[in-house]
Amino acid sequence: MTYEQLGQLFASYASGLWATVQLTVFSLVLGLLIAIPLAVLRVSPNRIVSSPVAVYTWFMRGTPLLAQLMIVYYGFGQFQWMQDAWQRGTPLLSLLRDPYDCALIALTANTCAYTTEILAGALRATPYGEIEAARAYGMSQLTTWRRILLPSALRRFIPAYSNEVILMLHGTSLVSAITIVDLTGVARDFYANYYAPFEAFISVGTVYFGLTTIITLLVRLTERRYLVYLRPQNFATLAKS
Amino acid sequence: MLELQRYFPALLQGAGITLILAVLSVVLAVCLGMAGAVAKLYGSRAVVSMASAYTTLIRGVPEFVMMLLVFYGGQLILNQLASWVGLHAPDVNAFVAAVLTIGFIFGAYYTETFRGAILSVPRGQMEAARAYGFSGWLAFRRILFPQMMRLALPAAVNNWLVLLKATAIASLIGLHDVMFIADQAGRTTQTPMTFYLAACAVYLVVTSGSTACLARARTYLHRGVREGSLHR
Repeated sequence: MTYEQLGQLFASYASGLWATVQLTVFSLVLGLLIAIPLAVLRVSPNRIVSSPVAVYTWFMRGTPLLAQLMIVYYGFGQFQWMQDAWQRGTPLLSLLRDPYDCALIALTANTCAYTTEILAGALRATPYGEIEAARAYGMSQLTTWRRILLPSALRRFIPAYSNEVILMLHGTSLVSAITIVDLTGVARDFYANYYAPFEAFISVGTVYFGLTTIITLLVRLTERRYLVYLRPQNFATLAKS
Repeated sequence: MLELQRYFPALLQGAGITLILAVLSVVLAVCLGMAGAVAKLYGSRAVVSMASAYTTLIRGVPEFVMMLLVFYGGQLILNQLASWVGLHAPDVNAFVAAVLTIGFIFGAYYTETFRGAILSVPRGQMEAARAYGFSGWLAFRRILFPQMMRLALPAAVNNWLVLLKATAIASLIGLHDVMFIADQAGRTTQTPMTFYLAACAVYLVVTSGSTACLARARTYLHRGVREGSLHR
């Protein structure tokens, strides 16, 4: 392998890394933003409100991410009206022709469902005293949600959500199935060109491992910041002060 | 609909392969998980660090990358071995590669599940068993195992659901599971949506069925537990 080839290889790994990071971050942020209102609907005592969300999470959590990616990217071509819309160039529907947009849609819809259920679980675990205290202070329903229920649930949600973040990073490795050249896509190309499976997949596995480690560290920092009240008290420092 | 009818037997066969793959992988994963948990809790320092390396490493790398490594890397090793012996190398079987990879990966998840469950059984239970003269194996079988299974059950079933869905990636290395059949049928008949949704239905049946079984297994495993209710 010449130095020129090595340089090209490095460049393609960097662009693959960028695609992976971009897809992970965008889908997680979008998914979380949509999941917050959905979780509020999910815990509603009104069946008419909660069951559509329940059906959505049931479907997304009961089927493989790969199937969801395929449905979004290849599935809609089946319909004539969709083909017509693509011919006309309808802006919103044209998103479904671009592999990157499709990947983003499928990944967001997937992580949103899991996040909704995690957050709904955290909301259900709200200590009843917190709600009572809010009532006693005369807070309105909306204020209680905004000041008490959501902040409290979002803190309890961090540990379980960190798992979801890592699963999402790993989930993006499937987008190479819909022609996107992410980190895994680069490794597959490398394997196809040089027939060197160990170099290709071990190197890319190491990069994923590094990314996972970074996420774990970030989670630890977030927990230290937001879950500080759950840490065991350090009696030694208390005694000193 | 007509297309679906025509490919129904093939889809059913694919669903069978998916299920067999998932069941074999989960058996391997549970065995590895049990061994890993025991190694992490009771092993010597070297064994503990080996088990920790296993779980950290596995959980840091995507299943798909791992499967590609086993499938293509395994082929390379087989080829090399065969050329030394002077034989023609057999092809790596996608099914075998998938069972090994998925079992090995989810073994790491089961290790953590079982470790947590064993830790949650009060120490005194084992001590009491030993004081009554139970041998180590008998105490494990009669005292520790039933109690840890109760605690491990929800997470274990969750792992199984994740594993089942992870088997779909084996279609990308050419295993003719339900996902692969649906993909092929959808391309030939130009009705991909119909077939992907049919494949999804297969996964949904198994996941929903498993969740229902969990509820029944839960009542069985909790038969000795007095449970208070938070709500009246």
